[in-house]
Amino acid sequence: MRIRLVDIAHARSGDKGDTANVGVIAMRREWYALLDKHLTRDAVARHFQGMITGTVQRFELPNLNALNFLLHGALDGGGTLSLKTDAQGKVYSTALLRMELEIPDEEARDAGLEAKEVTQ
Amino acid sequence: MKQKVRVAGGQGFWGDSLDAPRDQVERGQVDYLMLDYLAEVTMSILQKQKERDPSMGYARDFIGAMDSVLDAVTQRGVRVVANAGGVNPPACAAAVQSLAASRGVGDKVRIAVVTGDDLLERIDELLSAGHTLANMDTGEPLSTIRDRVLSANAYIGSEPIVEGLARGANVVITGRSTDTALTMAPLRHEFGWGATDWDKLAAGIVAGHIIECGAQCSGGNCLFDWRNIPDLENVGYPIAEAFPDGSFVITKHDNTGGIVSVPSVTEQLVYEMGDPTEYITPDVIADFTTIKLEQEGPNRVRVHGIGGRQATDKLKVSIAYRAGYKAVGTLVYSWPDALEKAQAADRILRQRLERLGLQFEQILTEYVGASATHGPLSGIATTTVERREIAGSPTAMGNGGDLPEVQLRVGVRGPDRGAVERFTREIAPLVLNGPPSATGFAGGRPKVEEIVAYWPALIDKRVVTTTVDIV
Repeated sequence: MRIRLVDIAHARSGDKGDTANVGVIAMRREWYALLDKHLTRDAVARHFQGMITGTVQRFELPNLNALNFLLHGALDGGGTLSLKTDAQGKVYSTALLRMELEIPDEEARDAGLEAKEVTQ
Repeated sequence: MKQKVRVAGGQGFWGDSLDAPRDQVERGQVDYLMLDYLAEVTMSILQKQKERDPSMGYARDFIGAMDSVLDAVTQRGVRVVANAGGVNPPACAAAVQSLAASRGVGDKVRIAVVTGDDLLERIDELLSAGHTLANMDTGEPLSTIRDRVLSANAYIGSEPIVEGLARGANVVITGRSTDTALTMAPLRHEFGWGATDWDKLAAGIVAGHIIECGAQCSGGNCLFDWRNIPDLENVGYPIAEAFPDGSFVITKHDNTGGIVSVPSVTEQLVYEMGDPTEYITPDVIADFTTIKLEQEGPNRVRVHGIGGRQATDKLKVSIAYRAGYKAVGTLVYSWPDALEKAQAADRILRQRLERLGLQFEQILTEYVGASATHGPLSGIATTTVERREIAGSPTAMGNGGDLPEVQLRVGVRGPDRGAVERFTREIAPLVLNGPPSATGFAGGRPKVEEIVAYWPALIDKRVVTTTVDIV
């Protein structure tokens, strides 16, 4: 089942120098396991290929049902150096939420996901 | 000892709502008002002001904020903790004293002034003693930019603030303290937490992280269910209601808009976070993976279970330095073929800059309304490479042919002010000389801005000594 990340998670992003951080939070506790398993560091790195010049790091916060991603080289130097509209990485959150995850049907059903979450 | 202390966040950054400080002390009971005025490069702006006028160098808005809360301070025992001192905490305190005197309550305001964070005059001494002040991100030594340094301040922790409160101050003014210390210090003072009560200090730091961005934890900038967040025109700024054991509740005053919920608080917790197990401050290292949140009632989220460990032996130093010049020019192109026209204009502009022989460190073009925020992920192809990638993608919007308008946004950055200046003069001619349907240029020629960049470094704690003066 193809699931849109924006349908099962919310997020907020910020900056630290030339790095954008994106915290991705499962909308329901039972969806965190899906994020943990399928929203991998490599998948996120592929998603942002061409948009960032550095590597991606992933951290887990199971206590908050959240993952934190660091996207290095994301902000054209960051801070006052950056020429970007989004110099402080405030909408890298929504850029990440554009991702789609391919989840085995049974796993999706176990997590209570229904067909309406599938992309049209 | 108090069994409960309420710390209100009244300012997330310099430029935040002018009413929030007053609203926080007037719309309900609070014990402390915490105000944060310092972004990364604010200190350099304040240094420039102090250079021109030695009685300046602090956040002047703070005086207006103090004016609006003076009654709460002098009549209801509210205490204010702020880093508004910038690079001149004594001058800031003097201005507050003047204000209090002019309102006839000079004897009711007792100010603790914290200094010692300012390292600008000590840089050469520190470099000679072997402290490289290397850039934490690149490893370069400070010597590479020595002559361009504008300000240098160590991020100090809670101790001097606690001392000021212990000595009876009802207003504490610091220079560059960590934002989180502004919240943690009042709790540490009221509850008698010691320097090695790691879990409790960490809890205070987490409370500070939650409330230091104003309403960004109480419904502002909240993506979760955003349409149903009520009355943001009257959004309630946050209050941390804390207890001696380190647990606390995040809440806001009744009859305010916004929402305090597990999702709204969680979004703020992950904001600007690196490795969650290692949130480093001068006082303690907090582990954000230990935080437990529960919705305790409407607009009340309980936070507990926080763990911390010993701090490092270093302080972070915030250094600002001159890093060249930049300018950004924009024009709006309208349908039909808005994006294509904007791209044609960009090509012409770049050819002009090349023909003029202008050198830049970076030229960046974005198409606002098409792909400025999400690049190729928007599904609108603005380069040949993107067109290849996006073709056939299920969410592709193709070449943006139907967009009603697109803003061409071109920025340049470089060490040569003259080159950046000349760039700013190449935007307006495009309206008459370039592709059709350009508008949105009435703002005039873009401004050339000197770039003041941020250089984060570390220094041995032992070389920084803070002083607390009571005035």
